[in-house]
This record gives sequence, structure tokens and C-alpha cells, in this order.
Amino acid sequence: MSEMQTWLVLGASSAIARAFARAAAARGADVILAGRDTEDLARTAADIAISTGRAAATISFDALDVASHASLVQRLAAVPGVLNVALMFGTMPEQAAIDADPDLALSCIASNFSGAVSILHRLAPLLEARRAGVVIGFGSVAGDRGRLKNYVYGAAKSGLHTYLAGLRNRLGRGGVHVMTVKPGFVDTAMTFGLPGLFLVASPEFVARACLDAAARRKDVLYVPWFWWGIMAVIRAIPERTFKRLSI
Amino acid sequence: MRKAALQLTGWGRGPASSLEATRPERFSEAVAAFSEPVGAHGLCLRGAGRSYGDCALNAGGDALITTRLDRILAFDAETGIVQVEPGVDFRRLLQVFLPRGFLVPVTPGTFFATIGGAVANDVHGKNHEHAGSFCQHVTELDLVLPDGSGRTVTPEDGALFRATAGGLGLTGLITRIAFRMMRVSGGGVTVHEQRANDLEAFLTAMAVSADATYSVGWIDGAAHGTRLGRGILETAEPCDDEISRHRPRELRVPVDFPGFALNPVSIGIFNETYFRRVPEAGRTRPVAWQKFLYPLDAIHDWNRIYGRRGFIQFQCVVPFETGPAALRDLLEVISGSHRASFLAVLKRMGAGRAGYLSFPMPGYTLALDFPRRPGIEELYERLTAITLDAGGRVYLAKDALLDALTFRRMYPEFAGFSEVLASIDASSRMQSDMARRLRLREAP
Ligand SMILES: Cc1cc2nc3c(=O)[nH]c(=O)nc-3n(C[C@H](O)[C@H](O)[C@H](O)COP(=O)(O)OP(=O)(O)OC[C@H]3O[C@@H](n4cnc5c(N)ncnc54)[C@H](O)[C@@H]3O)c2cc1C
Repeated sequence: MSEMQTWLVLGASSAIARAFARAAAARGADVILAGRDTEDLARTAADIAISTGRAAATISFDALDVASHASLVQRLAAVPGVLNVALMFGTMPEQAAIDADPDLALSCIASNFSGAVSILHRLAPLLEARRAGVVIGFGSVAGDRGRLKNYVYGAAKSGLHTYLAGLRNRLGRGGVHVMTVKPGFVDTAMTFGLPGLFLVASPEFVARACLDAAARRKDVLYVPWFWWGIMAVIRAIPERTFKRLSI
Repeated sequence: MRKAALQLTGWGRGPASSLEATRPERFSEAVAAFSEPVGAHGLCLRGAGRSYGDCALNAGGDALITTRLDRILAFDAETGIVQVEPGVDFRRLLQVFLPRGFLVPVTPGTFFATIGGAVANDVHGKNHEHAGSFCQHVTELDLVLPDGSGRTVTPEDGALFRATAGGLGLTGLITRIAFRMMRVSGGGVTVHEQRANDLEAFLTAMAVSADATYSVGWIDGAAHGTRLGRGILETAEPCDDEISRHRPRELRVPVDFPGFALNPVSIGIFNETYFRRVPEAGRTRPVAWQKFLYPLDAIHDWNRIYGRRGFIQFQCVVPFETGPAALRDLLEVISGSHRASFLAVLKRMGAGRAGYLSFPMPGYTLALDFPRRPGIEELYERLTAITLDAGGRVYLAKDALLDALTFRRMYPEFAGFSEVLASIDASSRMQSDMARRLRLREAP
């Protein structure tokens, strides 16, 4: 692994992505922070450059603006060494808000699913040609089962899981590893102050777990790990019973 | 931004305040959240919540938590000037800069405190007599005023800077702090520890070693009679040696201790052991920076040992002239109360201060923890009365019980502070539980 590593972090403004970029740079990689608020990303880039001495660049990226994705990928072709991708964006409107405004369902799918597929599918040939690198895609435990409280978001993430599985199959043949991450409760802006959370993980913990698991070439990562058990139980509940639960 | 309904306390725990909080992660979000309309109880700022009392609480009102505004924005190795967002904490600065030979010039005894919080309480360290207070090292601040407008403030700006340094967050949201780091060449300090058998010996030992770069004393708050004021004086000098920087083991207090765990007997035993730990002839040894500056941080959530009801910290400073007699009176009341805990500190302070409401004055500062039990208010009142009579004051970062009148007598520069607040925040948008208790938004 002596070749220069670069992590492209898509949706770099979130707390998890910020922690991930810091951790990746601390382990010796350069980072490219991609997101909408480039002014703010420049602050994170400065922080990373100062604290780790690695190169940290910013690039404008909007998951919903799919028309811009091709030119972004073109620019990334110039990145030397190994290009790794961490896809970490997402939006989680409340189910009640979606029920009141069905358009929200579409934008939720557009950012969590269509936007993700759009950028990853354009990056895939680039990664295939380089025959190296890791792709980390952020799904969610919410994608493991359609639940009353969160099923549009869950459906979008579930779609992403399936897409990532297929991409893993495709890119794995060319030496590129794809890892799906399913975080449980993490202390982020999305979950801040929500009632009913338990065993909440810090963004720094999740970031480290992702890098460790990616180095071990794990396929699907539940983080914290015990969510694997929780979701195994939830998946095992027969639909006949599940449809009456409101979890 | 979505507001979360939270129940928060200060570091001393005790009764919680219900408030509506935001916790912005980006600069633009922070400015927007700060400018959102607020109710009658206004808005309070909060860093890591390491203040013991109620300066970062706002029952029935709003709060903006700064911990996610945590980026280091610039560093100039020539001048040592670092620029940070307010939520950057002392731990991060230690991790990033110590390996490069830079250390914060002034730090509180916990590295979980944020730099924004350090400015708002104009904190001091174990080197106050020589290094002054934190804000004396600040070269520039960016501030969002209560009306939402931005302003860069420097020490030369006078009133607004002096109101913001030690200003308890009441002049608005600090969004950037520039301050000068200090160069250090080695991994830590050479610490000398010596016993002092009573108060007089303690004060003499402190005077003799007044030139020491760092100086801090542990005092046995339970000792009485001929042992009154006994303790251990710790002085330290930076040393050039590479001290093994193995990470101290981190422990966590996993549950709230039951109320009876800390009692006069267990504390008496602890204090006796702690005192005898240092040989009669004293001892000298190298200690890594982290262990020396932040000994308590090795035990996470140590405030839980006081149980659910929490505890109160009393910290005062009394002038050198009246100090010896006042300290004797204070210690007599304390040991007679049989309530003091084992965390007790005695230090000398210098004149360094940067704000109207800064705590320091030349003299002795004494800090002790008391479990929050019935009768604590009376004890606190007796201690503040002795402090006031001696011409001293209590530290607002620790305070939860002072009254508005005593506060005014202890902080003669409050009038200057009030004048600035009246000019930038006539409608009293910035609030806190402490601001209401001490009537900080009312006439001096
Ligand atoms: C174990 C321990 C040891 C300590 N040792 C010392 C010591 O040696 N010396 C010392 O001086 N203090 C000491 N303290 C006290 C501590 O340093 C101060 O209370 C400090 O202010 C805590 O910072 P914080 O980030 O937790 O701020 P908080 O407690 O959350 O807030 C403190 C104040 O800062 C304001 N504030 C926070 N962020 C901003 C911002 N961005 N803009 C404007 N205002 C803001 C808040 O409104 C509040 O008034 C100690 C505390 C502990 C728990």
C-alpha cells in the first residue's frame, strides 16, 4: 500500500463525513471534500491540512444536480495514485412531513438513492480502469425493513444497499472493493435531540470503524456492531406480525 | 434549524434546566441558528458544559451548543498564532500541537473545555501568576452580536473586548478566536511535590517558590486544629527531556454513586493517604504534559461520584494582604462543616485579567467541592461572606448560589460590563440562568 491514497468524500459537511475525512488524513491519505457548502468545507479542509499535514481540497458537489456529475468525474480523473470514494450524503425528512407532502418522498429518493447511483455509476469506469481503491457507501439500518416511522427513507436506503451489492460484484472483479455501511444511532445533526435513541455512537467512532473495516475488506458493516444482531431480530419478525408494530 | 428539547445541567449536576437547543455544525448554520427569533427567556450559549454552575443553562429558553463548530482554521508556526472555531477543545489542541512543540499558554484543569468557553470565563491555569489569564493571549475574536451583525474585536478595541472576555456569552456568539501558543521543547515538566503541615507552612512554601512556572496546591479540607490548612504543594518547570508519552489509561465512572459513598470517614481516609503519598522530604519526578495539566480527565464523568444530587464547587480568591486570615476562617468553617470533598485546591494568583467580569486578582485562590445536600446554601453563604469581607470574590464559572447583591460587591467593574450590554443588546436577547439569578441584565 505504498501508493498515494486519496479519499473523495461525497457529502463532506456531515459530522460523520468530517470525522471520516479527519481520520483518513490522520492515517496518511489526501482528501477531497465534496459538497454544496464549499465555503464551509474550506474550513474543514484547513483543519485537516493543519492537523495532519495532508493535502485537503474542496470541490462543489450536489447529489440532486445530476447533470453536473459527469464533469465532476472528469476532473477526478486527474487525481494521482489510488482514488477511494466515501459516499456519505443523505437526507432524512420526517415520515409525517413526507405524508403531508408527497413531493418530499421524491426528493428523499432523489438525494439518498438516485443521486448516489448517478455519481457512483459515473465513477465506476474510472475506478475499474485504475484497478484499485475502495468505495464506502452509507446505507442505513432503516433500509433493512420497511417501518411505519421511516419507510420512504428506508426504501431509498434499501435501494442503495441493493445497488451497492451489485456494484461490489462488478467492481470486485477489477480489484476495487465496495463496502456497505449500515450505521445505527449516531450522534449527528440528523438525530440530535430525537427521543428514543439508545447506545448512540460518536461520529469519530463510526469513522474509525469504517476505515478499519475497509482495510479488512469487509462487505457489509453494521456500526456499532451490535446493530447486526438487532436488525437480525427485526428482519426475523414475520410480516404478519410486523405490519401491526409501530417501531 | 430543528430545536431539540433537552434537560441539561452544569458540571456540578443537580437540578436540570429544560431548554430548546440547536447544535449547528457549519458556520452559516451557526449564524442562522443564532439569529432565529427567541422567546422571553432569550438565548444562551453553551460549549462543553464544563462550568459547574448555571452560566451555560437557560431554563425555559433557547440554547446554542457550539461543540460541533470544531475546526482549526489557521496556524502560523512563525508567530505561534492559532485561529480556531469556538468548539475546538483543549484536548484537540494538545493532540495536534504538542508533537510540534506548541502548547496553549493558559489552560484550565480539564481539556474537555472549549476555547469559546475559555474566553467567556477568561480562564486561568496553574501558571496564572506568570502567564496571566487566557484572554490576555487572545489577539482577535470574531463575534456575532445579539442583533446578528458580525464584528472582529481586538484587545485594542477596549470596551467590547473587555465585555466579551469573561463575559459569560452575553455579548454574543464568538465564532473565531485567534491566540498565541507557547513554544515548548520537551514532553513535560519536572514536578516537585512537598508536604505542608499547616496553613502557615503552606503559604510560606508558596511564597518561597513564587517564581516557579507552574504552582498548585492540594489542600486537605477535612484537617482541623493544628493540621488546619495542611496539604501538598506541587511546583513544576518545563523540561527538555523526552518523557514517555504513553497514553494515560482512561477510566469511566459508569453509574451514579449512592449519596452515602462520600462521607467524612471515607474522605478522611482518602485525604490522609493522599497526604502521606508524598514522602516527608518531598519528591521530584518528570511528568508528561497531559498528566500534569489534566489529571482529572483520566477519569471520565467523575462528577457522577457525587450521585444524582450533584455537588457545588466554591472557588474564591482573596487578596494577599487579607488572605492568610481569611483562608484560616474559610478552612475552619469548611472543616467544621464535615462536608468538604477531597478535591480541594489552593493556588496563588497574579493580577492578570482581561475582562470586566474576569475572576483573577492578586492573592490566594481556594477551590473546594461540596456534595449538594440540605444546608449547602447556608455554608456557601458563610464562605462568600468571609470572602467578601476580605475583599475577595467567587469565580462565576463555578458558581450556582451567589446572590445578585453580593455579586455586585465582588465585581466592581460590573458597571462597565452593563454599559456595553445595554448598548449592544437593549432587548436582553442574551440570557442564562446565571444572568437571571445575578440580575446581569439589570442595572448595576
Ligand atoms: C475538572 C475541571 C477543572 C477546571 N479547572 C479550571 C481551572 O483550572 N481554571 C479555570 O479558570 N477554570 C477551570 N474550570 C472551569 C472551566 O474551565 C470553565 O467553566 C470553562 O468556561 C468551561 O468551558 P466549556 O466549553 O465547558 O463552556 P461552558 O461551561 O459550556 O460555557 C461557559 C460559558 O461560555 C459561554 N460560551 C461558550 N461558548 C461560547 C461562544 N462560542 N461564544 C460566547 N460564549 C460562549 C457560555 O455561554 C458560558 O457562559 C474547570 C472545570 C472542570 C470541570
